[in-house]
Amino acid sequence: MAKAKSENAKKPMTKQDLWIYVKRYWQLYLLLLAPMIYFLVFKYSPMYYVLIAFKKYSIVQKVSEMPWAKNNGFEYFIKAFKNKDFINALRNTVLLNLFDLICGFPVPIIFALLLNELKFKFFKKTVQTVAYMPHFLSWIIIYGLAFQLFAPTNGLINMIIEKLGGQTIHFLDDPNSWVKTYIGVGIWQSFGWNSIIYLAAISGISPELYEAASVDGANRFQKMWHITLPGIRPTIVVLLILALGNIMGSGFDRVFAFQNNLVMKNAEVISTFVYKYGIKGLQFSLSTAIGLFQSIANVIFLLFANWFSRKMGERGIM
Amino acid sequence: MKVEMQNPSVNVSRLKTKIGDWVIVAICVVIMLICLLPMINLLARSLSKTEFLIKHEVFLIPKGFNLSAYSTVLGDPKYIKAFGWTAFLTLVCTFLSLLMSTLCAYPLIFPALKGRKFFNAIITVTMFFNAGTIPNYLLMQNLKLLDNPLVLIIPGCLSVYNMIILRSFFYGIPDSLREAAEMDGASYWTILWNVYIPLSKPVLATLALFYAVGRWNGYSDALLYMKKEQFYPLQLLLYNILQNINQVEVTTQEGFSTPGLQESLKAAIVMFSTVPILCIYPGLQKYFIQGVTIGAVKE
Repeated sequence: MAKAKSENAKKPMTKQDLWIYVKRYWQLYLLLLAPMIYFLVFKYSPMYYVLIAFKKYSIVQKVSEMPWAKNNGFEYFIKAFKNKDFINALRNTVLLNLFDLICGFPVPIIFALLLNELKFKFFKKTVQTVAYMPHFLSWIIIYGLAFQLFAPTNGLINMIIEKLGGQTIHFLDDPNSWVKTYIGVGIWQSFGWNSIIYLAAISGISPELYEAASVDGANRFQKMWHITLPGIRPTIVVLLILALGNIMGSGFDRVFAFQNNLVMKNAEVISTFVYKYGIKGLQFSLSTAIGLFQSIANVIFLLFANWFSRKMGERGIM
Repeated sequence: MKVEMQNPSVNVSRLKTKIGDWVIVAICVVIMLICLLPMINLLARSLSKTEFLIKHEVFLIPKGFNLSAYSTVLGDPKYIKAFGWTAFLTLVCTFLSLLMSTLCAYPLIFPALKGRKFFNAIITVTMFFNAGTIPNYLLMQNLKLLDNPLVLIIPGCLSVYNMIILRSFFYGIPDSLREAAEMDGASYWTILWNVYIPLSKPVLATLALFYAVGRWNGYSDALLYMKKEQFYPLQLLLYNILQNINQVEVTTQEGFSTPGLQESLKAAIVMFSTVPILCIYPGLQKYFIQGVTIGAVKE
C-alpha cells in the first residue's frame, strides 16, 4: 500500500494534474498564508540581525554596511568570555537550572503518586484545583506574595520564626538564602501543573496490573514501585530530556521579577545580563553574541540529551 | 465480614491501608495549605487596618477589617485604566491567537497537502532556535513597533506549543467525517467551520485559557518594547509599584502618607490583578488537563 503510494507520487505531474491539485487545495494554502508570514517575519527575519554578533554595531549603518569585528569576527565572543559579569551570569544560569532540576523534578512525580492514592473523588479534585492555582499567577504577583511573606521584620514566615525563638532570615536580600527562596518558590509555582502529565500517564496504566498485584498481596509501596513508576517511566524520561536540554536556557520573567541589587552575585542570569548590557547599556554586538552563544548551546544540549536517551534505550523526543 | 474475622493478617493489612489513606489525606491537606496560605495572608493584609500591620499583628485573619485599600485602588483611575487596557489586550490577543493557531494547524492535517513537511519543518525549527533578545528588538525597531501598542499583540500571537496541541486534537478527529463532507462538495473552509471548530470547542477553550493567562501575566515584552506608560499592561505597572519605581502615592484623610497603608495598598493591588484569573481557571480544569495531556503526546 505504502509502496504503491510512493510510486504514484514519483510520477511527474502533468499540467492538468497540477491544475486539479491547485483547484482542490488552494484554500488550504490561503489559510496557511498568515501563519507562515508570521513565522518568516517574527521568527526567521530576526536571524539576519544575528550577524551583528560578528560585526561592529553602529546605529547609523545598515547591518550589511557595518564593518566586521576583529579576530575574524569573533571579537565580541572573546570579549564576552573575558567579561567576569558574563562568566558569573553563565555560572548562575547553569547552577539555578541544575538546582531547579534536582530539587524540582521529583516533586510533581511524588505529588502525582500521592494524588493517585486518594480514594475520595471530590477531595482529589479539590486538591488538584488548589495545587494548579500558583501556575496561574504571574511572576510579578508571586514576587509580591513572596515579598510580603518573607519580609524580614513583618513577613509571616519571619514572624513565626521569631515566635519560635529563631533568627530572622533574609530570604530575599541575602544571596545564598535568595537562591533557596528562588528555587522553593519555583517548585511552589510549578509542581501542581507539572503533575498533570504524570497523572495522565498513571491513568493510562492498566488496572488489571494493580488487581493482580493485590491478589499477590502487594502493599501500597510495592505497587507504586513495581507498577506505577515503571508505567510512567517513558514520560519521566521525556520530561527529563527536555529539562536537561534546557540547562543553558534562561527564562526572563521569573528571575527578573525576583532580582534585587543585593543578590545580583547569585541572581544575574544570561537573559537578564543581555537585557542590561544590550537594551539598557546599548552594547548590541556583545549581547547579540551572548544570545547567539546561548541559543546554540541550548540546541547542542537538547540534541545531546536526546541522543543520550536513545542510547539508553528510551524513546527520544525527536 | 466473617471471613475477615477469621483471618487476622487480612485485618491488619486492611487497618494499615486505612491508616495510610488518612496519612495521605493529611499530607494533601498540608500541601493545599502551603498553596493557599500566601494568598490568605495577602488577603488579610489588604483588609487590615494600618496600625495592626505596623505592629506586625496580622497573620491570616484581618485585624481592624476595612476596605479602604480597595476603595483607594478602585478610586484611582491609573489602576482602573491599566486593568481595562490589559483586559482589552487579553481579549484581542486571545481571539487573534486562536484564529492564527487554527489557520496554522488545520491545513497541516491533510496528508495530501504538498509541502506539508516543509511547513512543519519551518515551524519546528522555531521551537529550538531563537534569534535572541537584541535581534528581536532590532526587528521591532525596523517594523516601527517600538512604543506601538501593537507590539503587545502581534509578536506573540502564535505559540507553536499551543498550535501543536490543536493540531494533535485535529488529528484525532476521524477522517471519515471530513471525507463525508468532501464527498458532499464542501469546501475546506466550510469543513473547518462546520466540522472541526464545533468538535474542538473544549480544546479551543483550553488554548484560549493558555493565551489569555499568558497575555494577562506577561510583562517582559512591554518591558522591552514599550516605554509609554499609558500602554503598560497591569503586570508591568505592578512591577514598578512593588519595586518602588513609582512611589505609591497615598494620602490619608489627614493629608499625610503612611507606610502601613502603602503596604495594605500593595496587597490590595496584587489581589485586584489576580482575581480575574483565579475566578476563571477552576471552571476550565477538565479542559486544560486534556490540553496539557494532548500536548505531551509525541507527534
